[in-house]
Amino acid sequence: MRFGVIVFPGSNCDRDTYHVLSTLGAEVEYIWYRDSHTHEYEALVLPGGFSYGDYLRTGAIAATAPIMKSLREDIRQGKPVIGICNGFQILLESGLLPGALLTNSELKFICRDVFLRCDNCDTLFSSCLQAEQPLQMPIAHHTGNYFAERGVIEELEDEDRVLFRYCDANGMVSPAGNPNGSLGNIAGILNRQKNVLGMMPHPERAADQELGSVDGAGVFKSMLERVIA
Amino acid sequence: MKSARLYISLKPDILDPQGKTVHHALETLGFDAVASCRVGKYIELAFPDLPTEEITRRVGEMCERLLVNPVMETWRVEVVEE
Repeated sequence: MRFGVIVFPGSNCDRDTYHVLSTLGAEVEYIWYRDSHTHEYEALVLPGGFSYGDYLRTGAIAATAPIMKSLREDIRQGKPVIGICNGFQILLESGLLPGALLTNSELKFICRDVFLRCDNCDTLFSSCLQAEQPLQMPIAHHTGNYFAERGVIEELEDEDRVLFRYCDANGMVSPAGNPNGSLGNIAGILNRQKNVLGMMPHPERAADQELGSVDGAGVFKSMLERVIA
Repeated sequence: MKSARLYISLKPDILDPQGKTVHHALETLGFDAVASCRVGKYIELAFPDLPTEEITRRVGEMCERLLVNPVMETWRVEVVEE
């Protein structure tokens, strides 16, 4: 299976993602943001980082990059795409996922491990995950406070498109487990077709036992299994 | 030359912790007549001499495509002679 990791000026999790995917047995290549096609890949990753120095709004400038046209076509045709952290911000700014991310409620950059509950283990990003088991992985952002109008939140809930919620170590979704003020403790959402996932936490930084957690590897394993099958 | 002055604010129903913090700091300094404070963005765009309505129309398009995120922000523009 061939993954493409799209690299923007200012991406900084591209290599981590490459490393994890290749360790799991995928074939991986970087795609430069000025390239014009993504069609030769079976799955795409928008990695974390600070594309364009977060100028204007996080992800706003990257959303205008030449590669986005091809990505948009691929998404329409059902290709799996995961956007992590800045990648999630880019997907929101492109209108490929609904809602927006505001500055964290406490106005701080937060870099620490959080716990997540998977609310839908029947997607191509989560088939290897278990709902009962809280996942531990880090967040590292200043703008991760998920917001959308009430109608949008209702639609996400009704269609089982909230994939991850912040929770405590016991899996309880509560204000205490919410690091950044996100509505409904939302940490990751899917598009309507469920082939696009955007999430603020970093599964690629929690995929090696030496780094403290392998809970994130399940997200990539799920993608690999589903696409191969 | 004409200049489009674009004011971008967070929508009224969105919490603005930065504005709140600034408000609190003003109160600490004794400026207690301020009822509330919200922090936004200001962008200036210079244009050659196009008609004002044309500039307003183009800025509107730019806001839709890039300059503003309609999920969380509102905007208004003033076109002035420089």
